[in-house]
Amino acid sequence: MSFINYLSREINCKIVYYGPGLCGKTTNLQWIYQRTAPEAKGKMISLATEQDRTLFFDFLPLSLGEIRGFKTRFHLYTVPGQVFYDASRKLILKGVDGVVFVADSQIERMEANQESVENLQQNLAEQGYQLEKIPYVIQYNKRDLPNIATVAELRSLMNPTNAPDFEAVASKGVGVFDTLKSVAKLVLTELKRGSGG
Amino acid sequence: MNVVMYEDELNQIQTVVDKLVRDANARVVCIVDKNGQLISASGETDNLDTTSLASLIAGTIAAMGGMAKLLKENEFPTQFHEGVKANIHIQLVGNRVILAVIFDSRATLGLVRLRVKRACDELNAIFEALMKRVPAGGGSAPFGEITDEDIDNLFND
Repeated sequence: MSFINYLSREINCKIVYYGPGLCGKTTNLQWIYQRTAPEAKGKMISLATEQDRTLFFDFLPLSLGEIRGFKTRFHLYTVPGQVFYDASRKLILKGVDGVVFVADSQIERMEANQESVENLQQNLAEQGYQLEKIPYVIQYNKRDLPNIATVAELRSLMNPTNAPDFEAVASKGVGVFDTLKSVAKLVLTELKRGSGG
Repeated sequence: MNVVMYEDELNQIQTVVDKLVRDANARVVCIVDKNGQLISASGETDNLDTTSLASLIAGTIAAMGGMAKLLKENEFPTQFHEGVKANIHIQLVGNRVILAVIFDSRATLGLVRLRVKRACDELNAIFEALMKRVPAGGGSAPFGEITDEDIDNLFND
């Protein structure tokens, strides 16, 4: 649900990074934060445990520039990935405009990936959204690790609808901005479509 | 569905917020939508990260709403947190937006609650008018006119 402010001429959109525990959602946001010019970003907020596991959410506001005199701002959120934080994940999905699913490429995490996608579908459905109908991008993260599934395998498991997908090593920044740009573009295109353009 | 805020209503909201800062002797007053977008702010906001504050205020209201659901309550519409130098009073307005008042020893909780109540009535009336206006305005957000090229240009490095 985008927020359009005619007085300050701003359009604000909400993007949520979803995925199983330790897949690299927070790492994506940290890389974006580190590599964005100070004037284009706000402070990054992380509500985490003492062990640096996301407890509620991470939040990073970003400005992308102007379209037809309107500033476009994106609020990036992550959800806590651990299974038992489901109540918090539901809250963070409220009003979402676009979702990035960060999948862990390691073979032993395939089940966790699938469980998390199912959880995403279910939580979106509870709010009247369908995953197939909202801007959605998949990132296959941790491509630098030894015990990983092939992209073809990941695709057949995680991406039946042929959503845009990207290989990534979020800790080194590989694929992080490609993923962000892709979802941001889909969100803006959806806004244009929704407003009859 | 998108939320569209027009100049008329935003000016009316700003008037209510500015008045509340004065009447309640508050440091800062802000209005945030339930998804964490800042709608309006007034007071000593120069050195305050209001964007982050807005997302955290919405987070705390969302968390309390989740708790209310578990306890079979409709909502917990009011929160008050007392600090050493600053206090924050958070009020859900008409289940649509959140009114947050940050104040210090120049104000009392009783005064803030009293003024917040009055501001809530005014805000409710404004948002009700806004809700009626949105369908009439159609989906004619500014994005109707943009082209694919405009979107591409945004991403040229």
